[in-house]
Amino acid sequence: MKSLKRFFTRLFNSAAQRAQEERLREEIAEHIALQTAENLRAGLSPVEARRQAMLKFGGVESMKQDYRAERGLLFIENLLQDVRFALRRLRNSPGFTAVAILTLALGIGANAVVFSVLNALILRPLNVPDAESLYGIQHGNEASSYQSYPDYVDLRDRNRTFEDLAAYDAAQVGLDTGENSSRAWIILASGNYFDALKLQPHLGRFFHASDEHGSNSAPYIVLTHAYWHTRFQDDPGVVGRVVQLNKHPFTILGVAPPDFHGTLLFFNPAFFVPIVNQEQVEGVNDLNERGKRFVFMTLGHLKPGVTRAQAIADLNSIGSYLEKTYPKDDAQRTFTLARPSLYGDYLGQPVRAFMTALMLLAGLILLAACANLGGLFAARAADRSREIALRLALGAGRLRILRQLFTEAVLLSLMGGAVGLWGSVVLLHGLSVWQPFSKWPIHLSVNPDANVYAVALLLTLASGFLFGAVPVRQVLRTDPYEIVKSGSTARIGARITIRDLALAAQIAICAVLVTSSMVAVRGLIRSLHSNFGFEPHNALLIDTDLTMSDYRGDAVPTMQKRMIDSLERVPGVESVGLIDTAPLVAGGYIGSLVFTDEAADLRPSNSVAEAYVLSISPEYFHAAGTALLSGRTFTWHDDKDSPRVAVVNQEFARKTFGSPTNALGKYFKKKDGTRIQVVGLVEDGKYQSLTEDPQPAMFLPILQSPSSQTYLAVRSSREPGELLAAVRTSLRAVDAGLPLYIEPWNEELATALFGSRMAATSLGIMGAMGAMLSITGIFGLAAYSVSKRKRDLGIRMALGAQPREVLQAALGRAFKLLAFGSAAGLLLGILASRVLAFVVYQATPRDPLVLTGVVLIMALLGLLATWIPARRALSLDPLILLREE
Amino acid sequence: MLLLETQRTLPGTIDMKQKTDVLQGTLALMVLKTLDVLGPLHGYGIARRIEQISGDLLAVNQGTLYPVLLKLEQEGAIASDWGASENNRRARFYRLTKDGRKQLQVETKDWEQTAAIIGRFFEAKAEDLS
Repeated sequence: MKSLKRFFTRLFNSAAQRAQEERLREEIAEHIALQTAENLRAGLSPVEARRQAMLKFGGVESMKQDYRAERGLLFIENLLQDVRFALRRLRNSPGFTAVAILTLALGIGANAVVFSVLNALILRPLNVPDAESLYGIQHGNEASSYQSYPDYVDLRDRNRTFEDLAAYDAAQVGLDTGENSSRAWIILASGNYFDALKLQPHLGRFFHASDEHGSNSAPYIVLTHAYWHTRFQDDPGVVGRVVQLNKHPFTILGVAPPDFHGTLLFFNPAFFVPIVNQEQVEGVNDLNERGKRFVFMTLGHLKPGVTRAQAIADLNSIGSYLEKTYPKDDAQRTFTLARPSLYGDYLGQPVRAFMTALMLLAGLILLAACANLGGLFAARAADRSREIALRLALGAGRLRILRQLFTEAVLLSLMGGAVGLWGSVVLLHGLSVWQPFSKWPIHLSVNPDANVYAVALLLTLASGFLFGAVPVRQVLRTDPYEIVKSGSTARIGARITIRDLALAAQIAICAVLVTSSMVAVRGLIRSLHSNFGFEPHNALLIDTDLTMSDYRGDAVPTMQKRMIDSLERVPGVESVGLIDTAPLVAGGYIGSLVFTDEAADLRPSNSVAEAYVLSISPEYFHAAGTALLSGRTFTWHDDKDSPRVAVVNQEFARKTFGSPTNALGKYFKKKDGTRIQVVGLVEDGKYQSLTEDPQPAMFLPILQSPSSQTYLAVRSSREPGELLAAVRTSLRAVDAGLPLYIEPWNEELATALFGSRMAATSLGIMGAMGAMLSITGIFGLAAYSVSKRKRDLGIRMALGAQPREVLQAALGRAFKLLAFGSAAGLLLGILASRVLAFVVYQATPRDPLVLTGVVLIMALLGLLATWIPARRALSLDPLILLREE
Repeated sequence: MLLLETQRTLPGTIDMKQKTDVLQGTLALMVLKTLDVLGPLHGYGIARRIEQISGDLLAVNQGTLYPVLLKLEQEGAIASDWGASENNRRARFYRLTKDGRKQLQVETKDWEQTAAIIGRFFEAKAEDLS
């Protein structure tokens, strides 16, 4: 109680400072007057009486300090005092303040952005109840999660470790609400999907396992909240409405909760449809095909108390049962568990690796910024050495002085942090609404949450203390006697100071950033110009699926032929080719096991290769610009009734027949036993990703291996953009209701290049930041050393030094540091780039262009940063200078 | 120079603080007792009185009295008003409050108890302790 009362009195006193001070002054005066009078009465002379009185009273100032400590809250008062003083100092050097805030804003902003993305991608759990026990099942031998539907059913029904197992696949459908028709991406989900994820509907109801009664038995739709909002304007009346999905009636059952859009973080489907209706959605029924792994992912919650290892063991025992029971379809079934949100380890691993690397780089940037500011701070503290010495001499504690320095540092870092955070929030909002692909519903909410703000604040304070700590040793070592006696001790030159080390470290870090960004950018440029096995320039790619207009059976190839014929009549079109899975554009490749002609036992372990299967029209190679090396391509006569033929790529020939040259005319077998004769040989290409090793591929005539999924490559002599309208009109004339995507082929490739493009962009930004930081760092040192050595330089000039010598004296040190720092950074950067090579395709640090580029850039930065200080050094007038000092 | 050397030879801060606290506690009790016995007094008067009775406790640093007076006033043990001094000038007069009187009683009792215990302890001989 007593202490509380004192606290409030003190708080009040802090406010009413002046009156208190006055009262104390008066009391002291009166005290001394009374004592003096007493002394006079004792017979002392007036002067001596007063002197004795004052001696008896003791140290007035230290008493006042105690008195103040007693009166108010010393800590808060001092803090306010320090803040006011720091603000005044910062206001007095606006240039320094601006550079410091900008530097910190860059460093902290970069960290906030990278951490926010890291947070959204990796740290934040999926938006479903009990996300920590939710796992996706992944194959043990490869980072993929595809299962066949019968295998999924076995896993679901035979496991003893999962509460329930759900499965889903992504698909594209045509949706006709009666008002208009459009394409939409959807999730084909097992009946138990929502129940396994423990979700409750926002509106209406979900579909359940009890709704499944065999193929096409559950024509139901559950909308995502976002799609309900954009397409149905939040109309609660949609529940129960019947819409046409691929021309089949489906009933809208309900709406999913607002923040749920499936379990893939970046994928935003429009609605959910039961997987048992696959035939109506995708045109094929694979529900009973054990060999066809079309289910994208199987996932579920572990039962309480079950460990990951137990679940994996359980799954593997089911795997060996499947191997034994279905040797023809299920070879080598082992499993592992992964987080479902980033497609297991397939994306999860590289994304985690890349984000960790990026976080490290961002950390380096902040460290460089701190080194930079630490140097500037040390310089400022050195400039203040006289002031500090005086304060020490007057009895200020060293701690008090340090606290004042730290107040200034933390104040600066808070300002920089605020600016940086503001910038990063703006950037992150932009990123969150950004949809990189027009075709796919892919975007990612990376808006900062409380975690991000906390980390930013922590980093801000930490960096404030970090760079604030650089001048500590300097202050602690200050000998006030020496400094007051001899004036400022500007001993520049001989010793290596902390400032020098900080700057060299900072330049090294910046060189690392510049090197890695150059490596990444070069890698990207090279991968853009590498050989894909087709020529995406001067070509359009049309993407459609005939299932969406309900073409079936023989109607599919007839329609495809009509589309090709119609396109060929468009003026400017050179050739039109059809392929069912466009390389690097379409996902969901189908692989087929390949056996030699002699093989009798067609079990998976006897196969010689697993090859991509691509169905094409006769003109495809010409339209795509794929080189036919020998043999022939197909004709429209290679149809169902003629002998089965294939064109293979070099890798296929190498794997199956030993060498590309003797493949022509040979036969091979597919898993179902069909014998196929090789009639042509084409160059290798990239099919699934840019980074893949050469993969075997077989091309089959579309009439012998029909597919409703249709990509049309249209090669023209004109700029492909000019053809867009004409191509669209010509296809509308064939079937006005067919949903289409038409884009220049190289733009379609953006997807395949997205990863390396993002990597190169982010690394490029980091590099630019590093460059900016090294400019401010070198500039700071150079400007400081020129201003410190003005007098020295003035004397040299007066004695006849040439401009070159003056420059050398003024800036030699900065350049030396720059050279050392850059060399160290380049070396480190080359080492670090080995890590980059995993992410950025064709990134190699041993690239003469990169090496010379980095050296040039660093030299240029050095020149740029020393330009103004150099000008200042040269324009010194020795006469004025010497007079001044 | 002199200043600097004193600073260098100062004992550790913790010791200093403890010493100050003890001094302050003792001084505070003396102030209360003085005001109790003599009625309202200004700072100088209190200092003189303590000096007369305690000898050299305040011989050098009379000033240290003022932070103690402030502390007591903030705690509500004493109150102060302006009045006229012997010089016929304005001086701050301190007087004991009701709370202060209570505090003095409690602390006097505490002090006497402590003193008695310590006294007995020092008087004790070896045979008494065995």
